[in-house]
Amino acid sequence: MNNDTALLEPVKEQRTRTASLLYSFGEGKDLPAWFREQQRAGWAEFQKLPPPSRKDQAWRFANVDALKLDQYIRTSELSDKQRGELLDRSTALAESAARLVFANDQLLERDVIADSLRGHGVIFQPLERAITEYENLVRPNFMAEPPTLGSARFAALHRAFVCAGAFLYVPRGVEIELPIEVFHWLATPNAAVFPHLLLVAGEMSKVTVIEHFRSLRDQPGFACGVNDLIVGPGANVRYICVQDWSEEVVTVQVNSTRVERDGSAMSLNANLGALYSRLESRSRLVGEGARSDMLAIGIATGRREFDARTLQDHECPHTTSDLLYKNALNDSARTTFGGLIRVEPHAHFTDAYQTVRNLLLSDDAEANSMPGLEILADNVKCSHGATSGQIDEEEMFYLLARGIPPNVARQLVTAGFLDEAIARLSHEQIGEYLRRSIARSL
Amino acid sequence: MQQLEIKNLSAAIGGNPIIRELNLSVAAGEVHAIMGPNGSGKSTLAKVIAGHPDYEVGGGEVLMDGENILELEPDERARKGIFMAFQYPSEVPGVTIANFLRAAVQARLPEGEELEATEYYARLYEKMDQLEIPRAFTSRAVNEGFSGGEKKRCEILQMAMVEPRYAILDETDSGLDIDALKIVANGVNALRSPARGMLLITHYQRLLNYIVPDFVHVMVQGRIVRSGGKDLALELEEKGYDWIREHAAEPAIA
Repeated sequence: MNNDTALLEPVKEQRTRTASLLYSFGEGKDLPAWFREQQRAGWAEFQKLPPPSRKDQAWRFANVDALKLDQYIRTSELSDKQRGELLDRSTALAESAARLVFANDQLLERDVIADSLRGHGVIFQPLERAITEYENLVRPNFMAEPPTLGSARFAALHRAFVCAGAFLYVPRGVEIELPIEVFHWLATPNAAVFPHLLLVAGEMSKVTVIEHFRSLRDQPGFACGVNDLIVGPGANVRYICVQDWSEEVVTVQVNSTRVERDGSAMSLNANLGALYSRLESRSRLVGEGARSDMLAIGIATGRREFDARTLQDHECPHTTSDLLYKNALNDSARTTFGGLIRVEPHAHFTDAYQTVRNLLLSDDAEANSMPGLEILADNVKCSHGATSGQIDEEEMFYLLARGIPPNVARQLVTAGFLDEAIARLSHEQIGEYLRRSIARSL
Repeated sequence: MQQLEIKNLSAAIGGNPIIRELNLSVAAGEVHAIMGPNGSGKSTLAKVIAGHPDYEVGGGEVLMDGENILELEPDERARKGIFMAFQYPSEVPGVTIANFLRAAVQARLPEGEELEATEYYARLYEKMDQLEIPRAFTSRAVNEGFSGGEKKRCEILQMAMVEPRYAILDETDSGLDIDALKIVANGVNALRSPARGMLLITHYQRLLNYIVPDFVHVMVQGRIVRSGGKDLALELEEKGYDWIREHAAEPAIA
């Protein structure tokens, strides 16, 4: 039996087909009317918006041809053997507070959160359940931030098709010590997935979430993900995403982070895989004392392209944002960074920093950086800088003079270069996991 | 004979000759010191032996136990047993001392053999203790934010871990206060061995009070102009380099 559906089939087919595809999503499950309405609106918007063009500043330098979606399919078929292998390989951290595993947008496994945490009101549920059971918490926050960095069309597609992912709610004052893990797999050729994460951290709560994006095989696929982090007053949220799709996968990931008074968000996006990876990340600092640290590392090899667009949006006085994006580029890989710090007129005493560093390991690699500032307030401390350079020759000689072979020396220096962002996370367990993942990727 | 033999070595940088037909032999078990004024070519000699790519060898040989190493890549020379302690060690951001040295030690193991982590750390800690380097340094990035003294101690630590056949220490005393100098000298002395030759490059006699050499050579304008025992260093300290320059015409003993 095969119930694969071409992702964009409805575009070409009759309108009735479109409707039937959308309504058939979650077949046999009772989806609330508001969610169905979201899907309908998403699909309508997707159809309305034009595909990205390089003439648009938001897509400048981007290989927009990689974003043709005709070949991708939504598929539900997974064999028992595939499920077994996926579950065996869904390991990362030695210890976590809870875990959800999805493959081809289907829930494969869940390790539920401890009773003690549930007793304190922590909710960690697959999105599909949360939209029904916790509508009051999910609905007002679900994709509430309009995407502004270029991917409105892909966010609309996500809204139309999303069914997999996690909803995490941490009530006021609750601190979750161990990280929470979510795995998303692309398991079959040309599969399309729509990973979603909605995190609502209540006042003075504390939580760390890590998402793992992986491919079962080296095969093409499409991942169109959204993560929304809502950081309440005084809350402390760490979010890590390890993007390790196979090197034929095309992915668009749209993040929005909102930090309220005295809250603190720290995100780290590790780009290790994919053929084309677009990351849009926006931090809104909406309360005094709010802080957002935006970190990213990338290992761009072969023909990979990492395309990052960011916005540090200071809407309130006494807020801080600090962005550090580091890429190591080899072969004929390309990276693009387009980032803006925006300080709203009344957002005095803003501290905002934006640093982009590219390490070029090959003459054919290409790094494009477009840093930007838009400062409408007085009394701000802002800096931005983007540099690209090669490994320092004296440094290289130093390693060689210790007997370290050139290839190992380059790996060490590259890992060391990326380590600055990992060290900023200040999380030993996840730091070690990321270092191991990097060592494997180099 | 087990020795590092430099024969008629000439080297230049950017077309400017620095080393001019230099001859010097350091036998296993011996400690030699090269002294000389700034610009005499001492550091260049060290870098040429280690294989720094900026220097062009115009002629001559560097024989390690009979094998000319000038044809080898820098990392190959190092694995064969050449070690240079740098005057200005590079910072290696994000690479911890533990990982850096691990890679250096691993590179010396036969292919397919994996370093045993427990033994490695035991040995690393032992050497660090000898050099009075706090163990917390294992997780610090190599030379990043190190004081002058910490960098030099770290160089000697590396030497202790890779156990070279021939070590060239380039101005290892520069930038050290007397306490740091003693620690470094103790570390070097602990590595003196009948199986190991050492070449100390220094501008000042002071170091040689703590690491007493078997032979002292004076280098001027890319040549060894005078050689002698450890007393030559004292004489030089007393009379200054002008004295050597005036007598540079005298034949060298070595």
